[in-house]
Amino acid sequence: MIAFWGLAAVIVASAVWTISASKPVYSVVALLLNFAALAAMYMTLSAEFLAVMQIIVYSGAILILFVFVIALLSSGVAPFSMGPNRLPRIGIPAAIILIGALGFLGRGALTQRDTIVSGNATSTLGPVGTANVFGSVADFGRALFTVHLLPFEITALILMVAVIGVVLLAGDRGPFVPTRQHADRVERANREAILRGGD
Amino acid sequence: MPVPVVDYVGLSAVMFFIGVAGVVVRRNPLVMLMSIELMFNAANLLFIAYARSWVANAGQVFAFLVITVAAAEAAIALAIVVTTFRSERHVDVDDIRLLRG
Repeated sequence: MIAFWGLAAVIVASAVWTISASKPVYSVVALLLNFAALAAMYMTLSAEFLAVMQIIVYSGAILILFVFVIALLSSGVAPFSMGPNRLPRIGIPAAIILIGALGFLGRGALTQRDTIVSGNATSTLGPVGTANVFGSVADFGRALFTVHLLPFEITALILMVAVIGVVLLAGDRGPFVPTRQHADRVERANREAILRGGD
Repeated sequence: MPVPVVDYVGLSAVMFFIGVAGVVVRRNPLVMLMSIELMFNAANLLFIAYARSWVANAGQVFAFLVITVAAAEAAIALAIVVTTFRSERHVDVDDIRLLRG
């Protein structure tokens, strides 16, 4: 209970910090805090494997990717600006009102009183092997490789498509991407060619 | 001390709408992507909370799938940001008209 509210406060505060930071690097740091608190909350929800995945994949891979891109863009010729915020005075109060309305409606609509007690529950998959405690790595792995094998293989396909797409987009020998400057240059060359009387 | 699932639903909704506010308010594509990650994580929290509540593994497996999709989405979107920045030299989604056709 205390853990939940403490972690919830950290999660909400860091989420607000993420979207209101003045520099993208600060946003990344706030998001890191958010993901760490979420991982701790996953542990209290007995999702051990997903807590570790949260740290490794989100904090370790995705956020480092963000940091790399920020560093890459910041080292260019033009200074990397945040860009203007659109409607901060309208958007944030609107978001708060939306949150309040949703919470109010949700409180009324969700009359079920399911509670989550901390501790371990027995898995629905039955006592195969030694660890059949719900949410343990063995339990999750057994579910992933037996009942939910198809989503796992679709995951592999998604990652493959992402890798190929990123290499095509950002690789050195990527497809030809016409810029406005390039189009202007081509048009000017054509016009000059026409003025010179060429074909 | 048991925590009602409704509290997790509320926390997830707050996180999701903070992400929505980030996408609506900020014009920097990197911060917008981070807001999208916030929304992904709000969905994940809900999946995991209900998986725990109903003692069902399917929620955790689907949260795993969401993490994978988020990773793929972040990689591709950041590649698009880098490609756009190479040609446009500034990062503001209102000024990017290259993909408009």
